[in-house]
Amino acid sequence: MNWKRVAIALLAVVPVIALFAFGFTRDPAQIPSPLPGKKAPPFNLAVVSPGEGLLAKSVGDTIRLPDLAGKIIVLNFFASWCMPCRTEHAALSSMARYYADKPIQFIGVLYNDEPAAGLRWIAEMGGMSYPAVTDVESRTAIDYGLYGVPETFIIDPHGTVAHKELGPVTEEILRRVVDSVLVTMAPADSAFPAKGK
Amino acid sequence: MKYRYLTRAAAAGLVLFFGARAFAQPPITDGVYHPPATAADSAIEAQTTAVASTLRCPVCQGESIQDSPSELSQQMRDLVRDKLKAGESPDQIRAYFVSKYGEWILLEPKMTGLNIALYALPVVLIAGGLVLIAFLVRRWTKPAEAEEG
Repeated sequence: MNWKRVAIALLAVVPVIALFAFGFTRDPAQIPSPLPGKKAPPFNLAVVSPGEGLLAKSVGDTIRLPDLAGKIIVLNFFASWCMPCRTEHAALSSMARYYADKPIQFIGVLYNDEPAAGLRWIAEMGGMSYPAVTDVESRTAIDYGLYGVPETFIIDPHGTVAHKELGPVTEEILRRVVDSVLVTMAPADSAFPAKGK
Repeated sequence: MKYRYLTRAAAAGLVLFFGARAFAQPPITDGVYHPPATAADSAIEAQTTAVASTLRCPVCQGESIQDSPSELSQQMRDLVRDKLKAGESPDQIRAYFVSKYGEWILLEPKMTGLNIALYALPVVLIAGGLVLIAFLVRRWTKPAEAEEG
């Protein structure tokens, strides 16, 4: 066997295979977001659907990020035309109720959709336990680097993006991330113990 | 006779006056006032097109926000235009989008860090291929006796 030829062939083929192998491990649809770990972009959004109970906000009021300082924010971008949003809606609504007595604000941001269509969708889905807001010209969506719905951002009490979930969020994901942030909020004499603990 | 000339002159004057006023009116075609485009507007439009052509549409496949008809691209173009009007430079606007979407948003990655490999690799591969071809051609065309010797 000509070892020199084998070595040259390997030298040519192995990097190509390695490159393909690396490529196959990556999902081109998954765009890495630079936001987690950074300050959440401020927003000022008008309420179109009030939500319920402790989480409720009046229709027409605005929800501003600075007003929510000290709270964990679950910011979910959704639309009435988005099929995967239907999948995650029950999880979001039930987790918002589950954490209702904790310093957590769930907010649904209607993305590229008419408020009337959003309201019809909410009614069709059996209601939404937390307020929904409208994002004119998608300025907040662009500020959050959104490229599709659903996308969910979890913002810690200091206003830093703790997590970005691409695609439908589940109860497990919400519980894991929210509890991990709650733990950081809670000193030794925890005023806000994590629900799952 | 004189009276007829006077009437004609008055009519011509009225036509000129109201005609000129009609042409001077801003175009209201869709019930919304659109001020006439100025040189500054045209410059902003040209800059918007230039910047938008360098930004990737987040909901398309390899299209710029300038070329994409998607709603999000349209909104991003509007944002680029607003930022230019507010006095931001094209580099500042690109930096804004990179801070939100990462370098992925740039259709042409910056020539820094690992990105240099993206630019250098094709050149290295082509150069290597040319060297290999030259080597093989030389070898194949070498006279048989020279090879034996």
